[in-house]
Amino acid sequence: MNGEFAIEARGLTKRFGDLEAVSHLQLNVPRGQIYGFLGPNGSGKSTTIRMLCGLLTPTEGSATVLDTEIPGDAKLLKPKIGYMTQKFSLFGDMTVLENLQFIAEIYSFPTKERKARVEELLDKYNLVAQRKQLAGTMSGGQRQRLALACSVLHRPPLLLLDEPTSAVDPQSRRDFWSDLFRLAEAGTTILVSTHYMDEAERCHRLAILDHGAKVADGTPTELQQSTGMHIIEVRADDPYRAQAVISAIPRIASVTQLGVRLRVLLPETVDDPVAIVNSALRNAGLDVTAKLSTATLEDVFVAVTLKPARQAA
Amino acid sequence: MKSLSRILAILRKEVRQLRRDHLTFGMVVGLPVVQMLLFGYAINTDVRNLRTAVADQAGTHLSRQFVAELGQTQVVDIIDHVDSPQQLEDLLRQGKISIGVHIPHDFDRRAIDRTRTALHLLVDGSDPTILGVAKQLSMMPIGFDSVNTIDMGPPPIEVRPYYNPERRTPVNIVPGLMGVILTMTMILFTAVAIVRERERGNLELLINTPVSSAELMIGKVVPYVLIGMIQLALILGVGRLLFDVPVRGSVVDLYLAAAAFIAANLSLGLFISTAAKTQFQAMQMTVFILLPSILLSGFMFPFEGMPQFAQWLGELLPNTHFIRLTRGIMLRDAGIGELLSELVFLLVFTVVAMSAAALRFTKRLD
Repeated sequence: MNGEFAIEARGLTKRFGDLEAVSHLQLNVPRGQIYGFLGPNGSGKSTTIRMLCGLLTPTEGSATVLDTEIPGDAKLLKPKIGYMTQKFSLFGDMTVLENLQFIAEIYSFPTKERKARVEELLDKYNLVAQRKQLAGTMSGGQRQRLALACSVLHRPPLLLLDEPTSAVDPQSRRDFWSDLFRLAEAGTTILVSTHYMDEAERCHRLAILDHGAKVADGTPTELQQSTGMHIIEVRADDPYRAQAVISAIPRIASVTQLGVRLRVLLPETVDDPVAIVNSALRNAGLDVTAKLSTATLEDVFVAVTLKPARQAA
Repeated sequence: MKSLSRILAILRKEVRQLRRDHLTFGMVVGLPVVQMLLFGYAINTDVRNLRTAVADQAGTHLSRQFVAELGQTQVVDIIDHVDSPQQLEDLLRQGKISIGVHIPHDFDRRAIDRTRTALHLLVDGSDPTILGVAKQLSMMPIGFDSVNTIDMGPPPIEVRPYYNPERRTPVNIVPGLMGVILTMTMILFTAVAIVRERERGNLELLINTPVSSAELMIGKVVPYVLIGMIQLALILGVGRLLFDVPVRGSVVDLYLAAAAFIAANLSLGLFISTAAKTQFQAMQMTVFILLPSILLSGFMFPFEGMPQFAQWLGELLPNTHFIRLTRGIMLRDAGIGELLSELVFLLVFTVVAMSAAALRFTKRLD
């Protein structure tokens, strides 16, 4: 426990053939915080996590994870990290209790404390009633709790969670996150990847990944305040036509429909954006009004992932 | 009409998927071709080049002429000349020859006197095909002139079948069957056991724990060694109780041989597990190994009767060597020391396959 950061990545790169899955990633994850990886599928979240726990060797660059150098002797790292895979990876044909006991044995958890630790986890993660149930027959939320319990069994100071809630209902997700906050409170550093905006919002800090590159990072508030975009919300009876009209406005960055609302993004360098949108709509004979709004994390995401495409165009 | 277009849709989908599944496609094309070649060449009932040794105690012109004529039939391949019938028996037991020709010192006199057998063919009777060939050989005329061959009387050549005097098929089949059953179960069990964990994602969890690749492999393989030993006991027990198949040699030797064979198959299973992506692929690959293990190992057809290239292929299969070991130990009371080269092959095979699997396994994490 020397450095300020649990994870420091310097130019971390992974190529699979011609595909650059992760590109020159710089990363500083402070200790004891929940750090989010937000990005669409294929943006390099899983690949990065796999490099950080020593499963994949980086093509270029390096990282320091809990004072262990990557690439290097990942063996030293394994007892210190807990890892939760995207897909449920515990044994479906073993009971909850058997799975926990197996993990305790694999991590050489002290024999004397083993039983107490397993009971403690069953209780903490609300699995007491399922202890004799086969893991494969449990609901998504229960499996998730079991997977989390298994990944923290050996009390690792760092947790790497790869889209842990992708197959879980909203209530279970909320419960899951309160578990994460409890762990962070106790000093565990947590790196969690997600493609849910509401989850990203709960993180202390987050990095947005797109096509293998980090396109933004900071606290959720910082990110919302520095999109470099005007955010305009339009309420329309005929949002489909309104969208077509707005898309035709020059320099428009993006239009997203949310039910009867439209979220419109225009670069900050455009003066008087509301007037531009309103006049375009009026000229088209649409009786709707646009007004300025503040950025949500989704707007941030749209703004930062659009940039490279715009520049390329 | 709607029904037809739906059927066509499914048909097209099926063909499309099949074309992308290279392994299945390979089986569709490869299996018939390979099978035809194997069956066509390997299934050859006119056995040739049976390894034969001669103990010519007569050493006369007549005996030498007989041996020369025997060689010219091409049915036998005379690989050795020894002094006594005991040495022939030794060679037979060690599996080095299939037929021993014993020509007694009074051969010339016996050949004229049609009431006595002129010479003996000592035959490894555990294989009925070889025995049949020997029977045909015994009809060969011993001729210094053609007149004598028309003479009445029993053939002057006596066939002495060793190891399976009652000529019962199970005695020949069971030792070989042991190898076939163990090949099938051992390769399949290990290959599937690991591929299943990869399919289910368990492996990604396991390799993130402090468990090393070696620990993981040993832990996964050891239970199957025990299962193999249990299977062996079952086959031996059933063979004994129902078919009265003997174990003439040492059971300890048999288990030693089986341990080496199981190890070889498990390593092969591990290797397959590193190559197969799905359990189905693992099964397909097992079939690829299993077929030649049945056809080319000497289990179904006498090894010596197969064409050279089939023999080379056969020599690479663990089952070929295991069948030689089991037939030797069970039927011919051979000690494992006499069959050492077969045992050594199995051990070398294990080391090679295991190393290849370990190399590929660590690579697959990347």
